[in-house]
Amino acid sequence: MMLLALRWVRTYIEHMAQAPVLDRLKILADAAKYDASCASSGTAKRNSRDGKGIGSTEGMGICHAYAPDGRCISLLKLLLTNHCIFDCHYCINRKSSNVVRARFTPQEVVDLTLSFYRRNYIEGLFLSSGIVKSSNHTMEQLIEVARILREEHDFRGYIHLKTIPEADPELMAQAGLWADRVSINVELPTDAGLSRLAPDKSAPQIEGAMGNLSHAIADAKDAQKHFRRAPRFAPAGQSTQMIVGADGASDAQIVGKASTLYDRFGLRRVYYSAFSPIPEASAVLPLKRPPLLREHRLYQSDWLMRFYGFAPAEVQQAAEPDGMLPLDIDPKLAWALKFRGRFPVDLNRAPREDLLRVPGLGTKAVSAILAARRHRTIRLDDVARLTVSIKKMRPFIVTVDWRPTLLTDRLDLRARLAVPAKQMELFA
Amino acid sequence: MIAADLAQPDDFDAWRDQARRLVEQAVPPDQIAWSDGNGPADLFAVAPPLRQPSSPRSVRASRPFVDLARSAILHTDPARLGLLYRVLWRMQDNPRLLDDAADRDVALLERLAKQVRRDIHKMRAFVRFRSIQDDDGELYVAWFEPDHRIERANADFFINRFASQRWSILTPRLSLHWDGATLLEGPPARREDAPREDATEELWLGYYSSIFNPARLKVGMMVKEMPRRYWKNLPEARRIPDLIAGAREREIAMIATGSSLFETTAVPESLSAVAQGMAQCTKCPIGCNGTRAVMGEGPADADVMIVGEQPGDTEERDGRPFVGPAGQLLDQALDAAGIDRARTYVTNAVKHFKFVPRGKRRLHQTPTAGEIDICRWWLDAERALIKPKVILALGASGARGLLGRTPSIGRERGQAIAQSAGASVWLTAHPSYLLRLDGTARAREHDRFAQDLAGLAQVLRHG
Repeated sequence: MMLLALRWVRTYIEHMAQAPVLDRLKILADAAKYDASCASSGTAKRNSRDGKGIGSTEGMGICHAYAPDGRCISLLKLLLTNHCIFDCHYCINRKSSNVVRARFTPQEVVDLTLSFYRRNYIEGLFLSSGIVKSSNHTMEQLIEVARILREEHDFRGYIHLKTIPEADPELMAQAGLWADRVSINVELPTDAGLSRLAPDKSAPQIEGAMGNLSHAIADAKDAQKHFRRAPRFAPAGQSTQMIVGADGASDAQIVGKASTLYDRFGLRRVYYSAFSPIPEASAVLPLKRPPLLREHRLYQSDWLMRFYGFAPAEVQQAAEPDGMLPLDIDPKLAWALKFRGRFPVDLNRAPREDLLRVPGLGTKAVSAILAARRHRTIRLDDVARLTVSIKKMRPFIVTVDWRPTLLTDRLDLRARLAVPAKQMELFA
Repeated sequence: MIAADLAQPDDFDAWRDQARRLVEQAVPPDQIAWSDGNGPADLFAVAPPLRQPSSPRSVRASRPFVDLARSAILHTDPARLGLLYRVLWRMQDNPRLLDDAADRDVALLERLAKQVRRDIHKMRAFVRFRSIQDDDGELYVAWFEPDHRIERANADFFINRFASQRWSILTPRLSLHWDGATLLEGPPARREDAPREDATEELWLGYYSSIFNPARLKVGMMVKEMPRRYWKNLPEARRIPDLIAGAREREIAMIATGSSLFETTAVPESLSAVAQGMAQCTKCPIGCNGTRAVMGEGPADADVMIVGEQPGDTEERDGRPFVGPAGQLLDQALDAAGIDRARTYVTNAVKHFKFVPRGKRRLHQTPTAGEIDICRWWLDAERALIKPKVILALGASGARGLLGRTPSIGRERGQAIAQSAGASVWLTAHPSYLLRLDGTARAREHDRFAQDLAGLAQVLRHG
């Protein structure tokens, strides 16, 4: 019985390897869509004006298309194969799932990348893979794709490799030499969640590998300062992804975890991916998908820490007692409502740090106000010209012609500022 | 009124030369009628005076102004030329004028420049080349309709990226041709001049449809970044209506085969509630095969829980776990190890009997990992109520129900597997496996089974 089944599986695999490229592309793109990242920015500037090779990178990445899920399509995001020997419950490609399997050879991925790139569909390639045979074997295949692109075709576009934490450190080091960005997913915000939902993975191993990468990136940066021709190592740095809502972690825990990751590994980005129902889902998974808004609120809190000078503990203060960020208002507004004593802020006098705390004032608007107030005293009209909307901001600011009387202290302020939740909960 | 004409509406250098001369001659902004050859010229305007004033004013323009002006001049708004001159004029007295983003002129200029920069960016994003073969080989041709006069300004980007391939970008205002070495400019083109198809687009459309996650529909976000006016020249946009329309069905299908199986089922508060619930469970195919569910058996405060795979033929008929041949073997082995079965709680990872009929017999079939995972909900409920100190898993299926993964029994038997849920888990072979063996293999496996149980007995004695 067993043998028969195995033989059938093998024939089926052979069949899929022969299936038309389009069919396999659909399967392997479908399998890759749960990785949120599609960024292609922040790498070294390159071009191929010399007529050799192909491709260029600007400082800023380009989104060549948007899908109806609102996500940017910047890279050809693919799995080399969706066969996997691991059995992670949240993953559509886990061993025990019945999805249709397929694989590409490295050369096929190279050909697809180049023919898409030449037509200006993409900025480059984001390649990941299920684990076949062994972690090292899989990693070697991923590296081979990058090597062919860079060495044989002198490809100067963007390459993001998802590396496999269980693979040898030497292989990781090789990946960094070809790729612009490398990433390893921490998958779940808590170790308990990881051991329950991804029993084949281990948190120390994942973090150890992230640590190795961050050292290699730092070393290469340092070497570049001393020797101009020192080899580059992942010039766009490393990133990671956490699944939100598959385990019981609260927003406060997730924010804490993210800030630890930023600090320890010098990450460029932490991506949050709201757990979404997958076909062939494991029964161990909960229950209900978290609202997409939760993912959005986490990104906002991430921004507060990275660009607005909020300490992780301050973002956590914005959360409700159960550790969850409010869904009806953004975390900056939530924080301001809790610490009303810090407001109103005088736009004509307050330092940058205080301006950055005002709900509705972005980093650009803050810089514009700081520059403009050297020329004039700021009036409410001026603020309106520099920002999108001042409605939300009024209770928190003072200008030469505006001072909120009592408004800041009103108990119903939150209700007045909250946008009525328009949550797309089609299947709640 | 003085007439200032621009031969080419996007020619910044020509504008700068004229503007500099006019500022030198101290001509105030409201005295100039700018035109760029596109709009009607002011009939009453006169040509600028040719004579140079005896002591021309020196003209100052900051670097940020030049950058801003280079973008803004590409805007199609005819008023941009006058606005640029007005800002330049005012800068002569206030060199830091641009810092004041709240100033009306500055804000307006910033807005024009921003719209142009966005258009430049969108052109880089949304140009779609189609490949054709001509006498010299492969040629990549695109048709694009920009909002503003950004074609020439954007050529450099495409040369930097695609210098090694021959390409043409056709637009309603002009066409750009790169032959691999030089850039040539051609006359305005029509959409029909571009190739109608490219076989690779089918792959691209397949990719576009598959990378979209129907469980998270955010059409507003898409339209904001990819406005509808661009759709007519984006091949992938043809798929958007179908993708949106099908999204709801695709998500419902995902959920139906998916996760929220037990969402509406209350967690049982007693073992009898577990028994009742599982008797009615139809969450997986085995639950729907008409057999009866077999509940675990043993004291509610047992220290040891033993988990097998699923009820067999005899168990299903009797409605009790481990009463068939495998159960008898288990009883003997427990007895030999000094463990009292009456004080253990014996149950299975899967509660219903999975089989294929063969004549009058029902042949056992191994449950799939998915079925075990679904049934884990019931096993978890039993675990939560019994709260055993030690759990013994018989065989890989039983272990999967406890661990969430399929372990190798050979590799992991004989040691405690700690779990965050409390009890430690021990693995051993399933007794029915022993029954299928012959000769020396049978003797060897019996020994190992006895050893595992003896080890367990020791753990129970010493805690």
